[in-house]
Amino acid sequence: MSGSSAMASGGGPLAASADPAAFTGETNARRTIEVDSHHINFGPQHPAAHGVLRLILEMKGEVVERADPHIGLLHRGTEKLMEYKTYLQAMPYMDRLDYVSPMCMEHSWVLAVEKLLGIEDQVPERARWIRTMFAELTRIANHLLNITTYALDVGAITPSLWGFEQREHLIEFYEAVGGSHYHVNYFRAGGVHKDLPPGLEDRIATWAAQFPKFLDELEGLLTENRIFKQRTVDIGVMTAEQAMAWGFSGPCLRASGCAWDLRKSQPYEMYGQLDFEVPVGVHGDCYDRYLVRMQEMRQSLRIVHQCLERMKPGRVKVPDNKIAPPSRADMKRSMESLIHHFKLYTEGYHVPEGATYTVTEAPKGEFGVYMVADGTNRPYRVKIRAPGYAHLQAMEALSKGHMLADAVSIIGSLDIVFGEIDR
Amino acid sequence: MSLADLGAAIAEAAGPAVQEAFVERGQELVLRVTRQGLLPVMALLRDDPRLAFEQLMDLCGVDFPERAERFEVVYNLLSLTHNRRIRVIVATDENTPVPSLMEMWPAATWYEREAWDMYGIVFEGQTDLRRLLTDYGFEGHPLRKDFPLTGHVEVRYDETRKQVVYEPVSLTQDFRNFDFLSPWEAMTTLPGDEKVHLTREARGQIEDNSGGAR
Repeated sequence: MSGSSAMASGGGPLAASADPAAFTGETNARRTIEVDSHHINFGPQHPAAHGVLRLILEMKGEVVERADPHIGLLHRGTEKLMEYKTYLQAMPYMDRLDYVSPMCMEHSWVLAVEKLLGIEDQVPERARWIRTMFAELTRIANHLLNITTYALDVGAITPSLWGFEQREHLIEFYEAVGGSHYHVNYFRAGGVHKDLPPGLEDRIATWAAQFPKFLDELEGLLTENRIFKQRTVDIGVMTAEQAMAWGFSGPCLRASGCAWDLRKSQPYEMYGQLDFEVPVGVHGDCYDRYLVRMQEMRQSLRIVHQCLERMKPGRVKVPDNKIAPPSRADMKRSMESLIHHFKLYTEGYHVPEGATYTVTEAPKGEFGVYMVADGTNRPYRVKIRAPGYAHLQAMEALSKGHMLADAVSIIGSLDIVFGEIDR
Repeated sequence: MSLADLGAAIAEAAGPAVQEAFVERGQELVLRVTRQGLLPVMALLRDDPRLAFEQLMDLCGVDFPERAERFEVVYNLLSLTHNRRIRVIVATDENTPVPSLMEMWPAATWYEREAWDMYGIVFEGQTDLRRLLTDYGFEGHPLRKDFPLTGHVEVRYDETRKQVVYEPVSLTQDFRNFDFLSPWEAMTTLPGDEKVHLTREARGQIEDNSGGAR
C-alpha cells in the first residue's frame, strides 16, 4: 500500500532512492511506461474460437495490432474427395461443411447438379416447397446457434440454454425426414430423398406457432441488455464499401447497409413466390450483425408458414429413373427398375460436360459451388465457396485497434464455422 | 442487355486481352482472358459503372494435366449494382505467375494463398503467399490431379517417442478406383448387330430410348 501510494504521488522514498537526481520535489513528475508488443496464440483449442481457429494476435498492451488467422486445422480435403465420388456419393460431404446448417449446404450442391443435368424445371413442386421450407428451418437453427453462442462468448449463458431447446425441435424435424440429427443427406438432385412422414407438417406448424414467443424472450434477454450492448455496439465496424471489397455476403453484408439477399435478387427454388422482407443494418458493427440475424429468424418463420400453407401432395422426385431411384415396390416387380436401382447406386448418373457457379443464400452468406463436369459420373472439379472464409479473412481489418476481448465478440458476430472454412 | 451482348461489349472494350467471351448454358457469362490482360480487364469490370462488378466472390484453380498450360484460374465476380455475375478464366502453368488481385480486392489474398497451396499456382505481386489450408511444413500441392488421393504421409502419435510422427502412407488394402464408365447408355447395339442398328437409326429410336420400353 505504501509503495503504490508513493508511486501515485510521483515521488516519495521509492523514487528518491532509485534516482535521487531525478527527484526534484515536484508532486507531478512524469513517468514513462514502455510496453512491448507481444504475440498471443489464441486457440486452436479455445472455447471462443468456435472450432479450431488459431489466431496469432500481435498485441500492444491489450490492443490488437495485427491478427493473423491460421486456418486449415479441420481441412479434410473435401474437394479432392469429391473428385473421386459419384455425384450422389459426394452429397454427404456437403452436410459436413457447415455442420450447423447442413441442409443449406446440400441445397447449393443439388441446384448445381440440376443445372448441369438440365433438369431444373422438372423438379416437382412439392420437392421444391420442402427444400425451401427446410432451408429456412435450417436458417433458424443456424442463427439460434450463432446468436446464443455469441451471447455466451460475451458473457450471457441463459440464451444458449434456452436456444438449444428450440434448436433441438428443429433437429428432430431433421431426424423425421432424414433419419439423422445433423448429417441428414436429405436433398437430392431432382427433388428430395423421401416425402415428409405423416404428421410432420402439423408438428412443424405447432412448433412455428410457439416460436415467436421464444424469439421475444430471447430478444428480451439480449437486445437491450446493457452488458451485451457494451460488448458489441461499435465493435468491428465494416462500412458497406469495405464489406464489398472483403467479399462479405449474407447477414454480415446486410448489417453494413447493403440490401442484398440472393433469395430476393436472384431467386432460386420457390423464393420468387414468397412474401418476406430483408432486414438491413445501419452501422455494420457486431450489434447490427446480431440484430439482422434476429430479424431474419422472424422472416424465415414467415416463409415456413407460407411453405406449409402452399405445399400440396405430389411427387418429391423427378420421374426419370436414370436420376432418381425407382420405388421399392417397383423393384419387386419390374426387372428394369431393379437394373435402374443397381446402376444408379453403383455407377450413378452421368452429368453432361460443362461448368456452373451456383449459389444459394445460406444462413452465413453466399454459399457457392463451382462445379466442372466432364461428362462422366464424377465431378471433375468442385470448388466450394464458403461465406465464412471471406468473413474470417477480414479479421485483421475488423479487430485492429480493438481490445483482445473485442476480438472474441467479432469472431462470434461473424458466425464462423470451421467445417466450411477449412473444407 | 442480354448476357451475350454484354460479353461482346466487354470483349470490345477490353480489346485483345479477352480471348473469348461466351455464355455457358444460356445462363452464365464467361470470359477467357490473357495473363497480361488480367489486371486491366478486372479494373474495367470493377470500375466501369456500366459493369460495376464490385465483389470478388470466388477464386479457384482447376487442373487439366493434359493441356500445355495445365491450370485454369477461375474468378467469379458479382455486381450488386446490376445484379449480374461473370466468370473470368486465365490459363497458366506451374512456373508462370498470374498477376495478383490483392491490390484491387483485399479478399483475393486468401483465395490466392489457397490456389497456391492446392495447385502451386504462383501469383505475382501477392506479398503473403504462404500456405493456408495444409499442415505446417506440408510438401506438394494436393488438388493437382497427379497427387494421390491418399497423400504421401500419414500422422500418428508415437507413444514411445512421445511425439507426433510423420510416416509414409501404408494402406492395409490398396486404394481401389473403380471404372464405372461402362456402356449403360452408349452400347445400344451389340457387336454384330449393325443391321439392327441401321434399322433403328432409320426409325429414330436410337436417340430417345432413355425412358425404356415401358
